[in-house]
Amino acid sequence: MEHVTQHAADQHYDPEANKLGMWLFIFTELLLFGGLFIVYSIYRFLNPESFKMAGHELNLTIGAINTLILLVSSMTIAMSTSALQKKNKGLTVLLLEITIMLAMIFLINKYFEWGVKFDHGIWPGSEHMLNDLSHGEILFFGLYFVMTGLHALHIVVGMIIIIVALNRVQKGTVDENRPTLLENAGLYWHLVDLIWIFLFPLFYLIH
Amino acid sequence: MQTDTHIPHDVNYLDYKGKNKGIFAWIFSTDHKRIALLYMYSMLTMFVVGVALGLAMKLELIAPGKTIMDPQTYNAIFTVHGVIMIFMIVIPGLPAVFGNFMLPIMIGAKDVAFPRINLLSWYFYVAGALLVIASVLFGNGTPDTGWTFYAPYSFKTGTNLLPAIFGAFILGFSSILTGLNFIVTIHRMRCPGMTWFKMPLFPWSLYGTAWIQLLATPVIGITLVLVALERIFGIGVFDPALGGDPILYQHLFWIYSHPAVYVMILPAMGAISEIIPTFSQKHIFGYRAIIVSTLAIAFVGYFVWGHHMFTSGMSGTAQYTFSILTFIVAIPSAIKVFNWISTMHKGSINPEAPFLWAVTFIFIFMIGGFSGLVLGALATNVHVHDTAFVVAHFHFIVFGGVGFAFFGAIHYWFPKMFGRMYDKVWAKVGWAFFTVGFLTLYSPMFYLGMIGMPRRYYDYLPEYHAANILSSLGSWVMTFGLLIIVINLFRSAKNGPIAEINPWHGKTLEWTVPSPPPVENFDEIPVYGEKDGPYEY
Amino acid sequence: MEKEKHHIVPYKVYFYILALLITFTFLSIGITKINLGEYSVLGAMIFATIKSILVLAWFMHLKFDQPFLRIMVGFVILLFFAVIFITFLDYYYR
Repeated sequence: MEHVTQHAADQHYDPEANKLGMWLFIFTELLLFGGLFIVYSIYRFLNPESFKMAGHELNLTIGAINTLILLVSSMTIAMSTSALQKKNKGLTVLLLEITIMLAMIFLINKYFEWGVKFDHGIWPGSEHMLNDLSHGEILFFGLYFVMTGLHALHIVVGMIIIIVALNRVQKGTVDENRPTLLENAGLYWHLVDLIWIFLFPLFYLIH
Repeated sequence: MQTDTHIPHDVNYLDYKGKNKGIFAWIFSTDHKRIALLYMYSMLTMFVVGVALGLAMKLELIAPGKTIMDPQTYNAIFTVHGVIMIFMIVIPGLPAVFGNFMLPIMIGAKDVAFPRINLLSWYFYVAGALLVIASVLFGNGTPDTGWTFYAPYSFKTGTNLLPAIFGAFILGFSSILTGLNFIVTIHRMRCPGMTWFKMPLFPWSLYGTAWIQLLATPVIGITLVLVALERIFGIGVFDPALGGDPILYQHLFWIYSHPAVYVMILPAMGAISEIIPTFSQKHIFGYRAIIVSTLAIAFVGYFVWGHHMFTSGMSGTAQYTFSILTFIVAIPSAIKVFNWISTMHKGSINPEAPFLWAVTFIFIFMIGGFSGLVLGALATNVHVHDTAFVVAHFHFIVFGGVGFAFFGAIHYWFPKMFGRMYDKVWAKVGWAFFTVGFLTLYSPMFYLGMIGMPRRYYDYLPEYHAANILSSLGSWVMTFGLLIIVINLFRSAKNGPIAEINPWHGKTLEWTVPSPPPVENFDEIPVYGEKDGPYEY
Repeated sequence: MEKEKHHIVPYKVYFYILALLITFTFLSIGITKINLGEYSVLGAMIFATIKSILVLAWFMHLKFDQPFLRIMVGFVILLFFAVIFITFLDYYYR
């Protein structure tokens, strides 16, 4: 067996390892939400009519707008990785700022949406829920709050990650030679978008 | 990233003095070997608690009626015993200790892919453990649901479930991060020339395990969150009064918890696959077959979870589907047993402690495995479900499996980890007492289960008395064996004779580095040539 | 391994993918207005799946990455569907 001397400096930055690590983390998130999708699919199968009725309570327009917002934000952050590779720091920063703003708008929309539900007396454990709604409707709204709530939590986390990436791009510690932090932030954001791509039809498009 | 070009190569990882001093040199260390020991000591601490709880249960069960505690206490004790042993001992198990210590060295690397995440995984372990301890000590009473937290009781019980659930959730992060780290390490950091099929079998077992840790753990994460939300908000997902189905809880719980048992056993089998060739001085029989079996167990293991639920109210279709898949998943394990035995055949056997642990592992694991077939067949399952038979089964296969493999591994790798050899006679004495005690403790439970003694019951009928006495006696003999083992190892780590670099004449890379290893394992990264391989005797 | 870093996706491509995603979003809204009974969820899901493939392949760069990454993603998705399928063997046949 021969021996090879390796220099310390080049063996520490391994972009492929970083990317693989991020994808593995994404798999855990897929399975986390996957559990909720399993619960949703079982209860929808068991309560098809009640789910339809409950679905009418949700506002399709806001849901569609939120979908479009996330899709656009996915594009802007994807573009930012290209901008970074093209050494266009200004454009990278601008695209990341737009992404963050879009995320903020999504959360504001969600805040108002939930607010409307609360005003109508619909929240987990509310009297209206327990007294007036059928089992299927109770389950629908329980799942609605849990799934969109968990998703919103991931939006917040995603925003923080993007802000960190933005900061490092501005400082210059993330650039075309060490882009993985930005690329991985992008992957996380796309995951958040992917989850919503499935949440939207399951909650807003039941007719 | 700190430049480590000036880490001296002649200082071992135990003696190395970096910029942190004292305890901080350990709890802030990102050296995989130190992290392995941090895990080992924290797991040992929790293991002592878990054993004490087990002994308390056996003492209560030594006679019918109340012996030393009331029924509520008994329920709390078996709950905490299970939570500790499952989430803090056997799931972190061999990966947290021997995976962390040996994986990088065995593949010719200086550390894992993400050393800081490795340390973070240990912080999550400690945080989760503290939360579970808090649930015992503070609040409205120690959880009493059993470690399985079944709905609806788990959201109705007045005891402190939230800290325990949250603790288990945090412990899950520890497991996920370990798995993530190991997958990337194995993909990216094998030394030049070490192709996938020249990698030793312990790393292979860690690879299969890591995928299960990664993909199954999030499911219990979300399930525990749902129980917490059910308790706090009453969302209804598991509450029949609101339209929920408690059986769905069981599905979600076991979708993780069944693959989790393969997290427990695969690394254990991996350690056995290292010990046996070394102590037979012979190439492992069926290297590729063992790899394929490992991956097959990991894969098929995802689809058998319903065998924990045969009597729950599932459909008949689900019942027989799970039953047949359960029988299928047993096959790769049997293949491994054949391969281990074939390795020993015509080998040059060295009957030291690691080998004794490995051989008794095979014996005990097989008993556990066969009892699993009794449980996997629908008709017999109805008879023994929720009886002491199940308790015997999982103690044979989990404690017998992971425990014996862990003791085998510590006796195998101890000289490498600590640079000293333990007393070989006392090691065998400890093994003997432990094994006899183990068999005496758990074998009667098979019989008790078949004649009808339920599990998790505080009291029992007079006809179960004699077998219970025998079982409780076994617990004391086994604990005596444990004491001998632990004391021997602790004393030897301090005062044992200095060990040679390769006392067992193994062929894997860890036996080429000094004992204890230097901080970065290798002066120069090894290169595997055409003829090199892990079992070339 | 290094060649992936040099491949830069043009901004235009991302824009076209967004256009497709928006189109499919509106199509999925449209298809659920038609009464397909049991199959309405399937219609919306098919569009969601197409959208997710676009996001995975282009935005998340899988199309330009090493094949083993695509294999891993595919495997995880299949595993998830296998688990849902087996769970339904209980509820569908009760």
